[in-house]
Amino acid sequence: MSCKPMKKDESVPLAQHRRTFFTQAAAGVSLMALAPGVRLVELAMANSEDSLPSNDKRWGLLVDTAKCESGCDECVSACNSEHGLSGHGRPETDAQWIRKVDLKDEQTGHELSIPILCQHCEDPPCVDVCPTGASFRRADGIVLVDKHICIGCRYCMMACPFQARSFIHEDLTGQKTHSPRGKGIVESCTLCVHRIDEDQEPACVEACREAGHDALVFGDLEDAAGPLASLSRKTATRELRPDLKLNTGVRYTSF
Amino acid sequence: MRPKVINLERNSIAGLIALCLTLLLSTGDAVADVVTPEVPMGRGAQCVEPIEIMRRDHFEFIKHQRDQTVYHGIRGSKHSLAGCIDCHASKGTEGEFLPINAEGQFCQTCHTYAAVKIDCFTCHATVPD
Repeated sequence: MSCKPMKKDESVPLAQHRRTFFTQAAAGVSLMALAPGVRLVELAMANSEDSLPSNDKRWGLLVDTAKCESGCDECVSACNSEHGLSGHGRPETDAQWIRKVDLKDEQTGHELSIPILCQHCEDPPCVDVCPTGASFRRADGIVLVDKHICIGCRYCMMACPFQARSFIHEDLTGQKTHSPRGKGIVESCTLCVHRIDEDQEPACVEACREAGHDALVFGDLEDAAGPLASLSRKTATRELRPDLKLNTGVRYTSF
Repeated sequence: MRPKVINLERNSIAGLIALCLTLLLSTGDAVADVVTPEVPMGRGAQCVEPIEIMRRDHFEFIKHQRDQTVYHGIRGSKHSLAGCIDCHASKGTEGEFLPINAEGQFCQTCHTYAAVKIDCFTCHATVPD
């Protein structure tokens, strides 16, 4: 008896089953509508819903090359200590999220020192080529690696025109809680996303200000009244490799 | 001759039954005496979920939370891995935190017992900040 397959109630035609389902579903929907603010599935979060990243914002950085001093690497050391980056004395393969580059115009002799980091492109080549979807652009414009699904293939490193990404070759210990990093994974500047989520500015920006240079301006490119958008409106700014039409979030001025 | 043989058979059957019973009982005793790992308990009176649920589903919780954090920037909520470590990391003799994945520590003890490799700590910090 108990082994018999469950039988449909043959006295009720199939159409009626379907009708009952739709009626009940409609009742459910109207119930949800009747109680605004009451969600059937609560989102698991400690922060309020308002703090979720959205495309109303686009975080960016403006580098004033006139203020960036040659020989100063406060931003680089701040980044290293914030994220616990330490090298093995092998610059070719050591992790590097931001670096200082000195440029010289051979025609005029004009010299320039600028920081190069992930440019947080609107159309990031690293995201295009990633076979697993680990490279992604957060809603607020920050380009990140989901290290849980990165397989370390390094396509993104080849695709990035700015050589902004690093691959971790060795086992690591002593990582920071806010910056998990490990062997076999590609990583790059996160624009200090853990600080941004807590309404703080990136470590490099803070360090540059504390060093008295104030060459880095961080802010929301969508916020017309904000420091970054208003400064970018007043001054001529440019992106690196504009020919690639990546619309970078990091821009440079005074050169 | 014949009755003797029958007696022997009877004896051996009775012996077999006795042996089976003994085995059965001793197996029952072994189940009651199963060795469970001694896990160092965390700080605070209560975990974020009842212990039985945590034992079974903790990975589901942190796996869900990791996506919330990576994609939506939701940090420090109740199922965060950092939260686990904050409560469950023990201190050594000199007051320093011991890595949670070290032998005999909270995560490792159970995982050794269950023969499950933890992959979290190739990247994640093993001690509170």
